[in-house]
Amino acid sequence: MPQAHWFFSPLCALLLAPLLLGLINRTKAVVAGRRGPPLLQPYRDVVKCLRRGAVYGEVTSWLFRLGPVVNLATLVAALLILPFGGVGAVVSFPGDLIVLAGLFALGRFVTVLAALDTGSSFEGMGASREVHFAALAEPALLVALAVLVRVTGGLSLSEIYGVVTIATWARALPALALVAMTLVVLELVENTRIPVDDPTTHLELTMIHEVMVLDHSGPDFAYIQYAAALKLWILGALFVGLVVPLRSGSLWLDGGAALLGMAGLAVVIGMVESAMARYRLTRVPQFIVGAATLSAVAFIVLLV
Amino acid sequence: MLEFIVAILLLVLGGLAAVLLSARPQAAQAAGQIGAIAGSALGLFVSIRALVTGEVEGMSGAWPMPGGGLHLEIDALSAFFLLPVFGLSVVTGLYGRSYLAGGDSGRGSAATWFHLNLLTAAMALVITARDGLLFLLAWEIMALAPFFLVIFNDRQASVRHAAWTYLAATHLGTAFLLVLFVMVGGLAGTSDFSGYAAALRDHPTLASGVFLLALVGFGSKAGIVPAHVWLPEAHPVAPSHASALMSGAMIKVGIYGLVRILTMLGTPPAWWGWVLIAAGVSSGVLGVLFALAQHDLKRLLAYHSVENIGIILLGIGLGVLGLAQGMTTLAVIGFAAGLLHVLNHSIFKGLLFLGAGAVQHAAGSLELEELGGLFKRMPWTGTTFLIGSAAIVGLPPLNGFISEFLLFYAGFLGLVQSTVNIAVAGLISLVAMGLISGLAAACFAKAFGIVFLGSARSREAGDAHEAAAPMCAAMAILALLCVAIGLAAPVVVSSLASVVAGAAGLPDGQVRASLATVAVPLSMVVAVFAVMIGVAALAWAVRSYRLARPGIRRGPVWGCGFLRPTPRMQYTASSFAEPLTTQFRFFIRNRETLVPPRGYFPAVGSYSSDSGDPFLRLLFAPSFRWFSAVVGRMNVVQHGHTHIYVLYVAATLVALLIWGSL
Repeated sequence: MPQAHWFFSPLCALLLAPLLLGLINRTKAVVAGRRGPPLLQPYRDVVKCLRRGAVYGEVTSWLFRLGPVVNLATLVAALLILPFGGVGAVVSFPGDLIVLAGLFALGRFVTVLAALDTGSSFEGMGASREVHFAALAEPALLVALAVLVRVTGGLSLSEIYGVVTIATWARALPALALVAMTLVVLELVENTRIPVDDPTTHLELTMIHEVMVLDHSGPDFAYIQYAAALKLWILGALFVGLVVPLRSGSLWLDGGAALLGMAGLAVVIGMVESAMARYRLTRVPQFIVGAATLSAVAFIVLLV
Repeated sequence: MLEFIVAILLLVLGGLAAVLLSARPQAAQAAGQIGAIAGSALGLFVSIRALVTGEVEGMSGAWPMPGGGLHLEIDALSAFFLLPVFGLSVVTGLYGRSYLAGGDSGRGSAATWFHLNLLTAAMALVITARDGLLFLLAWEIMALAPFFLVIFNDRQASVRHAAWTYLAATHLGTAFLLVLFVMVGGLAGTSDFSGYAAALRDHPTLASGVFLLALVGFGSKAGIVPAHVWLPEAHPVAPSHASALMSGAMIKVGIYGLVRILTMLGTPPAWWGWVLIAAGVSSGVLGVLFALAQHDLKRLLAYHSVENIGIILLGIGLGVLGLAQGMTTLAVIGFAAGLLHVLNHSIFKGLLFLGAGAVQHAAGSLELEELGGLFKRMPWTGTTFLIGSAAIVGLPPLNGFISEFLLFYAGFLGLVQSTVNIAVAGLISLVAMGLISGLAAACFAKAFGIVFLGSARSREAGDAHEAAAPMCAAMAILALLCVAIGLAAPVVVSSLASVVAGAAGLPDGQVRASLATVAVPLSMVVAVFAVMIGVAALAWAVRSYRLARPGIRRGPVWGCGFLRPTPRMQYTASSFAEPLTTQFRFFIRNRETLVPPRGYFPAVGSYSSDSGDPFLRLLFAPSFRWFSAVVGRMNVVQHGHTHIYVLYVAATLVALLIWGSL
């Protein structure tokens, strides 16, 4: 099972994930004509929080403390099955895409419970929105993966992403284009970016993800920030693996192209965030269902 | 087989002894409990032995009644379905005594033990019966015993109504089964199951009729939409350990019946698979949507049983479709997913109902809006309920994830087939399962979060106490099983081979080969879980180490600057679920009444919602009213005078005599 360069995908993710956030913020700053925070600011934030003590709400239990820990663990475990840059994952087996969805679900469930543990109505509100959008995003992810499975015939992420080449695109252009759109929407939804959620808003009433973690502090909050970066990376890698179909067999070439792709994705997200406003909350479900429908259409296109 | 008979006798005698001793509540309780635990433990041993050795035990004997025979048999399929029956009965036996101890009289608890043990015995007989008449008799006992459990608190009108709803629903289902067995028995010329398969082989059209009758008859017991309406009525009012047994084991007997009939019908046509998939998707999605709208904990759990029956049917439907199209691997994995989910659901749903009972005992209410903050007051109940919630949602690394993994796997396997038909079925099941698990996560985040987290919303919840030790032990056993099956997944799934072979009618070797294809992925899944647990442990250690020096402070939660928050300001269950119930209002059809506060100094404002079942309200209530009106016209022949009824009897006899002599 261990193949050459098996360490490439998890190592890139663990080291470079916070840089994606830095790139997004820098893009937004540049578009807005500001200098913006340093590129490495997300790393500094994580380290700073790790050093701090913590304040816990009076009513919270150990579940509140367990949430960030388990959430981080699910995303690190997900890196084991994530292929990146034409290099297969550490482990790959038929059905590992189901495990990916399951790990996301577990991480979300513990985050939501940790939020409810505070008894704060703001965090309850955020949790309620999170489970609402997630319930719609999960089928969307599955339909997108279903199309990829149908196109490539592979049942594991590494198999699927190992064979996406220019030729595959030539063969199934409309379907793959639609799936790529679904995946980019999922990247925005699952990582609470604009137009679904504004990570920089300062009004608790309108937030989703950020409001759930209002009361976390210290190392717990460091875990949450780092885990958020990892999730951005993982879903981004699913998108980039599809739209950068370079599979030459050389780690430098394929891996470099994928890394450039990730940087490009971060710039695009930054541009989207600069150009768009947040949707009204009632519009978000339509956005997600629309994305799922795109992939469903792609599947039908493949059948006929 | 002798041990099995002894187990049944122990159960029944324990129940009888409880009734005879009802004047002395302590002794009655002890007798009932000993009968339940001893009998079920023995039965559990028999069924595990049958699964391990693979030997088929059976007995047939003379029967004093005409038109039937005493024929019992424990094959792999029966032994597998006996596991939840006997296993849950052991656990509920352990739990029940402390649960009933707080109750009023000895009469109630003795009757509960009697009917509980009778229910277990009857379920075991249904599963082992190999004779149509014996099956129907045991089925009827199994249908009647829960009626007396549901009507436990018979002073309340709502309880009596729930019990009548149950009775009507179960007998409607039995009517279909009666037609089924009379028809097949007449065709075969014997009431013994062994003759059924041969008789049906020559009549494919009739086989389809039998399939539909079985789907409706057994489906009403299992709780397939729209025949699910009795579950949310009956489960909440029964004692909690009875609900656990009914939801964990009894509705699975409906699934058993369906699977058993399928084994007699030969190779199924593809449309049976589609019918099962449609029933599975609609039960699964509607069950979880209705559950979201509930604010009574046990009603919510009852709707989740409907959802899980949907998941089971989806697995069996994919299996049947695979059989019809000759795709063995798809068939095997579909059946394995459905059957494993039968076992898993009995474990976590039993656990959740027992947890709900502990909450009811401690806080005196099951109304979500009156609970809260129980996690710290009831650590055992809270932790086990958390494990049960995570398991039913299908989260790794617990048992629910494993059966859902198999189901997703079957779906993906369908996708890569060249047959369009199967690919579409695969996509439909993937989307449905994704939606179901997302909504279930929302629902249990609500159920667990509102009941156990935050702070208490009522004084009773604030004074709650942990459940008695045997109740905690019962819940802990089930919670451990959730974890164990999750982490031992490859072994568990491989050991299902003989059961799947029996259910799908495929040769043992073929089933083993197909299951071997998921054994490797499952062991990798467990390896990923192990890494996840390791990373979590490491992260916890780092966090504890880092926090050792700067220390932890306690403070109020952020209230947006508001300084004096009260428990009433917490998010409620209704508000938590509101975005989803609003989005899916077309299906849920909550009735809401809102009196908004008016003016600058509002005096009154109120909101209430009624989450009654739309099928009950819009389908069954009108049709039963219509039926009652039509049948009411026949009142003209009903006077209440016995002599006129005797005249009817005499007239009928004369008419029959004349008809016979023609």
